[in-house]
Amino acid sequence: MATEEKAQSHKPPRNVHSPQEWLRQNLFNTWYNVILSLLSIGFILFISKGILTWAFTEAKWSVIPANLQLILIGSYPRDQIWRIWTVIYLLSVLLGMSAGIWHGIVRRFAIILACVWLICAIIPFQLATRGLFLGIVVSIAISYLIASNKISWHRWIVIGWLLSFPMTMIVLRGFGENAVLTSNWGGLLLTLILAIVGICASFPLGVFLALCRQSKLPAIRWISTTYIETIRGVPLITILFMGSVLIPIFMPEMNIDQVVRMMIGITFFSAAYMAENVRGGLQAIPRGQTEAAHALGLNYPKTMLFIVLPQALRSVIPAIVGQFISLFKDTSLVSIIGLIDLLGVAKSITANREWLGLQAEVYLFAAVIYFVFSYSMSYVSTEVEASLGVGNT
Amino acid sequence: MANNTTNIPFWRDIRVLRVLFQILFLVGVILLAGLLYTNMQRGLKNLNLELSLDFLENEAGFLISEGIEYDPSDTYLKAFWVGVMNTLRVSLIGVVCATLLGLFFGIARLSSNWLVRKIATVYVECFRNIPLLLQILFWYTAILRFPLVKDSFSLFNSVYINNRGIYIPALQSGTGLSTWIVFLCVGLIIATILYIIRWRQLKQMDIPGFRAKWALPAFVVVAICGWFLTPGKPLATELPVLNVFNFSGGLRLTPEFTAVLIGLSAYTGAYIAEIVRSGIQAVSKGQREAARAVGLNGAQTLRLIILPQSVPIIIPPLTSQYLNLAKNSSLAVAMGFPDMFAVGNTILSQTGQSIPVFAMVMLSYLTISLTTSAAMNWYNSWINRKGRS
Repeated sequence: MATEEKAQSHKPPRNVHSPQEWLRQNLFNTWYNVILSLLSIGFILFISKGILTWAFTEAKWSVIPANLQLILIGSYPRDQIWRIWTVIYLLSVLLGMSAGIWHGIVRRFAIILACVWLICAIIPFQLATRGLFLGIVVSIAISYLIASNKISWHRWIVIGWLLSFPMTMIVLRGFGENAVLTSNWGGLLLTLILAIVGICASFPLGVFLALCRQSKLPAIRWISTTYIETIRGVPLITILFMGSVLIPIFMPEMNIDQVVRMMIGITFFSAAYMAENVRGGLQAIPRGQTEAAHALGLNYPKTMLFIVLPQALRSVIPAIVGQFISLFKDTSLVSIIGLIDLLGVAKSITANREWLGLQAEVYLFAAVIYFVFSYSMSYVSTEVEASLGVGNT
Repeated sequence: MANNTTNIPFWRDIRVLRVLFQILFLVGVILLAGLLYTNMQRGLKNLNLELSLDFLENEAGFLISEGIEYDPSDTYLKAFWVGVMNTLRVSLIGVVCATLLGLFFGIARLSSNWLVRKIATVYVECFRNIPLLLQILFWYTAILRFPLVKDSFSLFNSVYINNRGIYIPALQSGTGLSTWIVFLCVGLIIATILYIIRWRQLKQMDIPGFRAKWALPAFVVVAICGWFLTPGKPLATELPVLNVFNFSGGLRLTPEFTAVLIGLSAYTGAYIAEIVRSGIQAVSKGQREAARAVGLNGAQTLRLIILPQSVPIIIPPLTSQYLNLAKNSSLAVAMGFPDMFAVGNTILSQTGQSIPVFAMVMLSYLTISLTTSAAMNWYNSWINRKGRS
């Protein structure tokens, strides 16, 4: 009891300010701040007036609902959409179960996602679509309740997440007559798939390259250093063009389609940057850690896997997530090569005779989608950082 | 004892294993390269192409919309060079603009004014989280929607903005330029002497101070005197003039160039703002308080305490942002701005010589990257040395 009271007495007093006081302290405390505040208010009014008048009087937003399906899934066959719904339901169940087991940030994420789906269900789509949206919310909730506090299941859930990636690909593509070729993938769906494949493939490759670059064996170190520096010295678009033009020359027999070539290009490009980020973390680990592991009799792979990498990766989470975000944004470059990703769809809609001259509306909508994904990634990263206690050791 | 060491079989001897492992790795890499090489030979044969650089001497035969002097009858090599110059031009101007934007918003994010801080935060978050390509395309369509030439938007009757680009006054050498340059040289010499005298004096008195306090005004005074003393005008500005259908004279920034420049500057500026902010915040609060306790005023604190400590923190990430900007300028290909990559792409589609063209493009970018990072590394070590002494 006594310690609790002591702890309470240490809390700083809460400053409750009246709005006037707040204004005086934050906006009008010195003469130059008064000028700056007035200038800023003028600037905000000018910009928001321009944007609002445009958005409510000139902009023709009808282009968005008319093309929404195109923006989201591109030319994915409409009779095969059940595949996408299956994937979403599978992932939702997994997410709900994870939220039930781990609580904390995963639960918060699941709740936010459920709210987003709920909002989607309120928007007047077709009745069936709204029902499916509601179904997602329900499935998240039910799987949460089923798995809640069943901590012993966590191993299965991890395996489930690992399997979810190939499963997604298989379900989306399908086999036999009804197979949806990758050339039909498009819109936001293609952007997300490219980003997820890029992230999942470039991360292990990057870690591997970083370990090679830190290796004591000169041949391995030089080769990986050359690779990393070469890739980092050239723009992504050259790599993508090379993937598009040179892969057919270097591998004439294998008929690799365009989407896979882009995936390869993005992965090899991002891995070099990932390697540099991971190397930063590896260098920050004191030598004593490796030496202690050797003294305990761990060999090189075990030392790396159980001692060095967990600490190194934890300390560079912000840099790695930053790399993931730029990878996500960089997927838009495939539209230059001719794939119809989110940006490609936006370009093709504005090239359509029916919607000519509506670039601003379509581009803004695409920008909002990109922003939401990038921003939520960086938000999750700061949350994860906080929960792992990075920076306050 | 000696037995013990010799008894280790060679397949468990770490020294042997190391060499073996490296040899294996190298053999693997060489095998892969060899496989790719034979594949390439076969692929080239299928396409009826020969691997040589002779095609660079051929006539290019395509137009390039802007850049240094060039004619379609020039060689492919010359065309590529035009592209290289365009890339350098947009990158250099972009670096300057992005640095200014980044400095401005980075300092604004640390302002004591809540509104200024929020505006800077919104700028940084918006521009960082949207793909650069989308931004560039957005600016491009925005510029194409500017008014027509005949009702251009004009600023002080010297800058004109319309859907064909931005027209600004051009600087031209006048009649008395050579005389004025002599004046400038004299001013430079005087300024250098004054700088050295002031520097010695400060060193002797052992106090901090502004070393160019005498040199800078002296140079400016000499330059201004020279301007008025030279017969004729040393520099003349040529204003853009509206003719029947288009502007003549002045300097024209094409819509493509402007869009790439705005996009690159705003995007990279957001990243630089974050770098500047974190660099300044990395200097501990105690340093600031100590500076005030010693009696330094605000400007002195910034110049003598904060900046010397934050600049070395800022420079390495700043370098990589500059490099990113130069590499990102290749996105200009999406709108047809003839940069190095776009020209290379045109050459590729005309000649089909994909491998040499890619090698040229990649080598050029690598050269730019390596020179920039070498220069910035040199500057960084210079700053660090200065800080220590």
